[in-house]
Order: sequence, then C-alpha cells, then structure tokens
Amino acid sequence: MSNRKPETGAFFPRDRAWQPDAYTPWYKTSVLRSPQKALLSINNTLSEMTGPVFGHDILGELDDDLIHNFAKPGESAIGPRIIVHGRVMDERGRGVGGALLEFWQANAGGRYRHKKEGYVAALDPNFGGCGRTITDEDGHYSFRTIKPGPYPWPNGVNDWRPAHIHFSVFGHGFAQRLITQMYFEGDPLIPLCPIVKTIADPKAIEDLIAPLDMANTIPMDASAYKFDIVLRGRRSTMFENRMEGN
Amino acid sequence: MPQSLNHLKESASQTAGPYVHIGLTPNFAEIGGVYADDLGSRMLTDDASGERITIKGHIFDGTGAPLKDALVEIWQPDAAGLFNSPSEMRGSADPYFTGFGRCATDMANGEFVFETIKPGPVPYPDGRMQAPHVTLWIVARGINIGLHTRMYFSDEEKANADDPLLNRIEHRHRVATLIGQRDGDVVTFDIHLQGDDETVFLDI
Repeated sequence: MSNRKPETGAFFPRDRAWQPDAYTPWYKTSVLRSPQKALLSINNTLSEMTGPVFGHDILGELDDDLIHNFAKPGESAIGPRIIVHGRVMDERGRGVGGALLEFWQANAGGRYRHKKEGYVAALDPNFGGCGRTITDEDGHYSFRTIKPGPYPWPNGVNDWRPAHIHFSVFGHGFAQRLITQMYFEGDPLIPLCPIVKTIADPKAIEDLIAPLDMANTIPMDASAYKFDIVLRGRRSTMFENRMEGN
Repeated sequence: MPQSLNHLKESASQTAGPYVHIGLTPNFAEIGGVYADDLGSRMLTDDASGERITIKGHIFDGTGAPLKDALVEIWQPDAAGLFNSPSEMRGSADPYFTGFGRCATDMANGEFVFETIKPGPVPYPDGRMQAPHVTLWIVARGINIGLHTRMYFSDEEKANADDPLLNRIEHRHRVATLIGQRDGDVVTFDIHLQGDDETVFLDI
C-alpha cells in the first residue's frame, strides 16, 4: 500500500463514446443483455468514491505464477512461457498503488477449465488459468503465465477469439471498477473479432494490445509482454458542494 | 495553443465472458487449491454490528430468462453508514464487516445471494442524507461494460421519498425498479436488463 494520503475526490466522468456501447448486435449475446433506456447520470457520492482495497495478506505465494499455481509438485503448465507486466495508472498518469488485479485465461490450446466449456482441445492437467496480484506503490505489477491459444466460439459460424487474457481491476473507488481483455501484438485475429469490435475507436483497441517487450524477457526462460492499464482519474480539488447555510 | 491537459484515456472495457468464474470465483468454478476462499464470499464475522439481512435475486435478460453466468458485486457502508475504505475520512468502519461482496449467479437457477447487514444512511455531496442503499455492479457474457445500479429498501419509505438519487428519476414508475422488497430478514431484488420493467442503471 502507498504512504500517500488517500484521495477522496470525484472521478472524471466516463467517456461513454470511447467505451463500448451496451448494444452491439454483431456480438450476439449483447442483444438481449443491453439496457434500452438511458443510464441515469449522477454525481459521485461516497458510495462511488470509496471502494474496497485489499491487503497482501490475501495473496498466496504462487498467486502470480499461473505456470505453477495449479501444477503438481515438480511439474508445470505446457505452452510458451511469458511474463506479463505493466503499470496501473489513472487518467492523470499517476500510478495506482495497492490495486488488486485478477486474471483468467485459456490454456495454450485455447481450452478453459470450466464445466460449460465444450471445445475439443485438451485440458492441461497442470494449468488452472487464474491468478492475481497487487500493484506496488507506483502501480507496477507482473505475473508469469503461458501464452493462451485462440479458440472458436458460437457467435458467427466461424468466429475465433484472438489469444487474450481477461483482467479484472480494482482501483481505490468503486466507480473505477473495470474488467477488460489484453490482446497480443501482431495477432491477425484481433481485427476480425466481434468482441474487440464492440469498441468503436481504433485507438481504444490499440490500448488493449500488449507489445512484445524483449527488454524484459528472461533469457532461456520466458518472453515478456507489457500491458499498461488506465483507470478513471480523480478530481484533485478539495472544494466539494455544500448546501448554502450548512 | 494552451498547454496540453496530458490526460490519458481510460482502458476500454470488454465483456467478462462466460468463464468469468475461473478468475473471480475459482472455487465456485471447481478450480480448487489455488485460493483458500473466493474473494468477497464472506462479508462479515460474528462480531459485526447491525441487522443481519440476506439479499437475493435474479438477473433477467430481454426475454425474461435468468442469467446463469453473471457475476454480481456489491459495495455498501456498515450499520453506522461508514465505508471500509481508505478514502473514508469520517471515521473508522466496523472492522468485522468488509462492505464488499461477490457472488456468481447459480448455474442451475440463476440466483445470487449475499449475507450482509443493513447499511446505515450516507450523506449526499450537498449534505442531504441518502436513503440506505447498496451499490451493485453486474458483469456477464454479453455485457460489454459493467452495469452499476443501486438497491434501496422497501421498509425505508420515508427516507426513499427524500433520497436525492431516487428523486432524479424522471419517470416515477421506474423508481420501483430500485427498491428491494423486504420480507423478514430477506430482501429480494430482481434486476431486469431490458424491457418494460428495465432496472434503472447508473452512469456514475
């Protein structure tokens, strides 16, 4: 956790044109799961400006090592070994320290360890697919995993998800809560994917593509990808509204 | 040209997908041995102050079918109206109550359940009091960006009538979509993603 004084201001309004719309019919499941009425806009109150913050005591020793956290002793997951690292910042560019990140993914063959998953690719007995970590005081994080494979899904007749890792992020306020997906540089499936295309702005898509980071690979062990995450910024002014006379 | 604001853009949201449980509730997904407990599965201990309640409900899609692959998180203050958060400047919240809960909807019937306490009231930024409420955040396959809403309580009629957020709802019949129905210790809150009885969702 940071020694910085906790911040208490309201968050920058979310740019809903940059974020995906709820209704994106080419991603078919969104059709019946998207609100049709306008969202009610409301200034942040304490319910949104505060949020849960988690301590390192929740973390196990292998929580940030998906190669080993489900593997039998002495064994490891099969697939290209990678480090994923980066920084969680807010829209002001400040590092978000003490942020809990949770990730989940398919194995190297594109198979998820989930009972509702029907893909024929095999499970890896040494790979569970979940991990978590907490950012350091400056917002940096890293974890070790195997590169997930692409997988087919029943949307269009022949739709395939690009290789991706799901990220869930807690900032310091519940209004910052975010779930997103990280994609890998150079994957030709990215521009074909209906879920990627729920985001209209090509620049917003680029921000979800992690570049190969040769400077941070571990020679003869693991290559590296760098993925920075930006959460909503927060007003720094101390002047909050008060009813006149109060 | 003036100086640049140098603001970054928020990372774009993507759906949590159908296998969100692997990452957020792995024990529920039968991936044992990685985490001792699923995060947010227990909000309080026996020493927590306040009135014990159970919040339960379903999330329905546009055809009225319950979502069996959604994940709900709740965030609320303690019985005294204080949040268990470093950004809470008004005092120390009950250490036996986290204020944060996470529950996957049941894979067979779509129900979510939280064992929690009834929250105390919290002031609005202008100093007026808000009626007791719980903040909910819903993610699932087909939901591109998490949906925020609030649950108020049917046994707080007077406070609800004065609540600043509920009073912002122009179409008054829609206020009812944010009221959890209390029966004894159980509060039922059903969420409708679209249609005639669509729940009011918030841009917060």
